[in-house]
Amino acid sequence: MKFVKALASATILAACTFGSASAADLVVGFSQIGSESGWRAAETTLTKQQAEQRGIDLKFADAQQKQENQIKAIRSFIAQGVNAILLAPVVATGWDEVLQEAKDAEIPVILLDRTVDAPKELYLTAVTSDLVHEGNVAGKWLVDTVAGKPCNVVELQGTTGSSPAIDRKKGFEAALAGKDNLKIVRSQTGDFTRTKGKEVMESFLKAEDGGKNICALYAHNDDMAVGAIQAIKEAGLKPGKDILVVSIDAVPDIFQAMAAGEANATVELTPNMAGPAFDVLATYLKDGKEPAKWIQTESKLYTQADDPMKVYEEKKGLGY
Amino acid sequence: MTSTVRTYLGRLLPQLIALAIIITAISIIFPGFLNLQIQNGRLYGSLIDILNRGAPVVLLAIGMTVVIATKGIDLSVGAVMAICGAVSASLITSGHSLVETLLVTLAVGILCGVWNGILVAVLDIQPIIATLVLMVAGRGIAQLITEGAILTFIDPGLIFIGSGSFLGLPMPVVIWLIFGILVALVVRQTALGMLVEAVGVNREASTLSGVFTPVLLIAAYVLSGLCAAIAGIIAAADIKGADANNAGLWLELDAILAVVVGGTSLLGGRFSIAASVLGAVIIQAINTGILLSGFPPEFNLIIKAAIIVFILVLQSPRFRTAFTYVSMPRAAGKPTEREAK
Repeated sequence: MKFVKALASATILAACTFGSASAADLVVGFSQIGSESGWRAAETTLTKQQAEQRGIDLKFADAQQKQENQIKAIRSFIAQGVNAILLAPVVATGWDEVLQEAKDAEIPVILLDRTVDAPKELYLTAVTSDLVHEGNVAGKWLVDTVAGKPCNVVELQGTTGSSPAIDRKKGFEAALAGKDNLKIVRSQTGDFTRTKGKEVMESFLKAEDGGKNICALYAHNDDMAVGAIQAIKEAGLKPGKDILVVSIDAVPDIFQAMAAGEANATVELTPNMAGPAFDVLATYLKDGKEPAKWIQTESKLYTQADDPMKVYEEKKGLGY
Repeated sequence: MTSTVRTYLGRLLPQLIALAIIITAISIIFPGFLNLQIQNGRLYGSLIDILNRGAPVVLLAIGMTVVIATKGIDLSVGAVMAICGAVSASLITSGHSLVETLLVTLAVGILCGVWNGILVAVLDIQPIIATLVLMVAGRGIAQLITEGAILTFIDPGLIFIGSGSFLGLPMPVVIWLIFGILVALVVRQTALGMLVEAVGVNREASTLSGVFTPVLLIAAYVLSGLCAAIAGIIAAADIKGADANNAGLWLELDAILAVVVGGTSLLGGRFSIAASVLGAVIIQAINTGILLSGFPPEFNLIIKAAIIVFILVLQSPRFRTAFTYVSMPRAAGKPTEREAK
């Protein structure tokens, strides 16, 4: 048994030295959470695409929402002697030990999309979006679009207490601060779902004089906006014209709504977190230069002017 | 005839009082609550919203009532909703006709019910565990069907079921009204209802007295599966897409709550479908009222819980005795009063 172990570690060592010697064909392990949402599926597709474009050999492990599977995957990546590990952590805590093992094996770990509660020296960097900034971009768009006219805004919040709901609300409110013409008149949770988005929007419309008092809708995600758009139509109003619709995420279906003139703007939560991660990794492996501990992805604003049908076609195949 | 009507009203009295109080309270907080108008050829207003949004829970509660009357429980209905929504969306998008889609979807719901029924009636697994299996696995099955994404469709026929209208009422309301009356007639105009109650009170005694309990039990779960299938179609048609992650999520708990608010005991035995439907409408009235009230969302669940505790206290035997004693002392002891209980 001891002999086998020694043999195994010798092979790993050999693999390690071999790997770092030829930086051109990198082997990167990617421990993905699972495929609980369309966005997650799109992230997986894009990570694979990005790896292929750069000639990186990507080892993919789907953890099916379980941390123990992710830890197992990371250990097997270490054993295989990969050059780097991408990790989209399912929870924030409990990573110290396995990250230490990766560090001891001198394999850099890059966090994707979420961060962990672990000492910063245990990972190379984290590539995530800034949720507050996303809300802020949506708010700024609305401020610019209404251009000083008085406007009553209704807000569909995400699941109460979740960090996207808290941060996207905060960012949006910050953009509206000091603009007296804009007022959030109603704010309720739509649980990030189409059904609840539609139901809550129906009640907003009833409560605000059949929707005549509402000038804009801000939804914390596109799915709620899609549900709300149906409610606005069923109330006999025109979404996108009578009531402006701005939301966050940029999933394909909202581009269809934008193409039909029923939604006005969306802020992208890009599923391409791997691109920036691979860029950083390449520089790090070449020069050994430590990157910043946080790399913020772009929160791009899409409006009806951005040829929504074209974007829809591009995004459709990503597995959203 | 009048005595049966009185019996019926007596049974439903606590639920009717609760509903009246809630509707009055909401219309005080929000004056436009009772307004009804015609828009796009159908009635439009918050009261209609309550009946419309409550459709899935009303349907689930109809099936759940019969299951609970057999001393069982069906935790899988939310997941079955997700499965059936996914099945109908994937069939219609792959080019099947509306009739085929609906028939296959209902059959899938019935199949889920048969599965639950066999686990409970033949293998004698406790209902809470037996149906937990499908509750956990069902959402996974639904995700497999939709491949993890929200499967959208544009078939006008299927969408009509969710947001069309018939005789000025939204389709979901028409569906649950007809289905509810149908089920109530079948169980009450035949001996079926009584046999279900007998099984719920004492399964062994019913078997010994000649009731073929396994078939009856399976039939109860099949009814529940069928209700979940209809609810699943409505939920998917409403948003023009099947959302495997969220369709029917936690609705099994709302359905059980509706049955309890309707006064049917979780220990099995006597049941009332009309009372459960009222219970579901009460729950939806609370939900809609909270949304209209404009409170911050952090309060939603607290308000809901407080009102439900109040309703349950209202129908507790002790409170009812005290209430009957105070309000109509002369009526006490009359035979109709005994029947009403």
